[in-house]
Amino acid sequence: MDNIKTIVLMGGVLAMLTSATAIGQYLKRQGELGLNAAAVETFNNRIRSWWLMCTVLAAAFALGSWSRPTTVLLFGLISFWALREFITLTPTRLGDHRTLSWVFFVFTPLQYVLVGLNKYDFYTVLIPVYAFLFIPSRVALSGDYKRFLERTAKIQAGLMVSVYCLSHAPALLSLPTPGPDRHGQNARLLFFFVLVVQLNDVFQYAWGKLIGRRVIAPQISPNKTWEGFVGGIASATLAGTALWWATPFQPWQAAALSLVVSIMGFAGGMVMSAIKRDRGVKDYGTLVVGHGGVLDRIDSICFAAPVFFHLTRAYLLYLEP
Amino acid sequence: MPVSPGAMRATTDKMTGTLLATIARLISGASARWIDCQPDTCQRVYFANHTSHLDPIVIWSSLPGYLRSLVRPVAAKDYWEKGLVRPYLARTFNALLINRTDIKVHQSPVDLILREIGDRYSLILFPEGGRNAGTEIGEFKSGLYYLSKKRPDLELVPVHIDNLNRVLPRGEFLPVPLLSCISFGPPMWLEAGEPKADFLRRAREAVRRLKDV
Repeated sequence: MDNIKTIVLMGGVLAMLTSATAIGQYLKRQGELGLNAAAVETFNNRIRSWWLMCTVLAAAFALGSWSRPTTVLLFGLISFWALREFITLTPTRLGDHRTLSWVFFVFTPLQYVLVGLNKYDFYTVLIPVYAFLFIPSRVALSGDYKRFLERTAKIQAGLMVSVYCLSHAPALLSLPTPGPDRHGQNARLLFFFVLVVQLNDVFQYAWGKLIGRRVIAPQISPNKTWEGFVGGIASATLAGTALWWATPFQPWQAAALSLVVSIMGFAGGMVMSAIKRDRGVKDYGTLVVGHGGVLDRIDSICFAAPVFFHLTRAYLLYLEP
Repeated sequence: MPVSPGAMRATTDKMTGTLLATIARLISGASARWIDCQPDTCQRVYFANHTSHLDPIVIWSSLPGYLRSLVRPVAAKDYWEKGLVRPYLARTFNALLINRTDIKVHQSPVDLILREIGDRYSLILFPEGGRNAGTEIGEFKSGLYYLSKKRPDLELVPVHIDNLNRVLPRGEFLPVPLLSCISFGPPMWLEAGEPKADFLRRAREAVRRLKDV
């Protein structure tokens, strides 16, 4: 029964991706429709990265008892790359070099090792407490006080967003879900989460393009409108509710969580756009030509993951009858 | 069939070369851009701004595999002959080591370099001389001018290295894996009768311009 749920979920995503690919290729061939070629290209690029994301997730799930460590490692690598993009964009000074070594080679791997070992008490405080205090201390030792608070805050923010927040997505695989098939339950929980966040991105974009009038913050992102925001969140919440059967939740609970996750995803996109505007780049990917721009793809997941993790954990521990 | 020790060593050098190039690309996160220029086996001088000890290795690594065995980075002998690892790396990267402290009139580095490359190898060199601490590109030394005066047939390819000084700054031994970018620009030559100062300024400008492309 539980296996069937996973197969239906995967099959549904497969069908959706296939039709999205078909639409994308169709739009590409229809030059005379007067569509913006760049927008179609963006759409096709997104679909390509979803294929990659889904294939990798599905492959990781299929590994049986190895699926959890593999998924944790996978997210660890994504974090590492996202942190790379974040710090590359951040103007650090020579005095920060040793601190950055610690951040890249100690705190990032350690966070994922703790997630992999399911040491909840440690991975929830490692970065917000230990790394938070370590970073300014180590920078101070370098003796360079110029723009001190700004530099340390930027390193802390990069570590929090790209490592700490994202690591809560694979941590979902260790939650005490009810029922005999915990492995499948947890895998579907992670898949449900990623799916709702990604759908929210797409729906916001689509609604914004279709009926978007009032731009929320034109200086930050001319594409994000109130219509897109409301339409996207409503659609993603509906989709999430319709997927309740794949999760440990009741339909109304799935709806509430989808709503929260969508709002967080939106917030993540806004914040990352603001950072990019400040640094004068459009995409993290164009910052260095040829690199994919991992941070562009995962900004909403980063913001939604810790909140979804926390609420789901609280529900499973305190509310689950 | 017996394999000669020399051929064996050449094969292992080639394999470690490929491996180290991959590692260097991973650490430096370097992406190569070819702007109005294509990889070619003709004899070239790749000249670049100097920001980090990793520069020669990273440029060499961002070239396509079939070119690497034909391109020799010019590097400082005093730095690359120290210890056990550096000489090994220098051999793997096919480096052309130049003694910076012992330059004589009858044995100028330019003559030495020209003799070493013959009619086969290309070069990677850093006309600023030392590494540059700031973000501005320093004045070019005259070596590039004399090199192209003696061998006007060499294609001069400007190369701009971006962000590598943050990956491994001066005096640090552990790199931080940020992303960097190597841009190869359109080839240039020494014009007939072009004064030295004009040529060096033009070459420096060719490197600097790649930053904004």
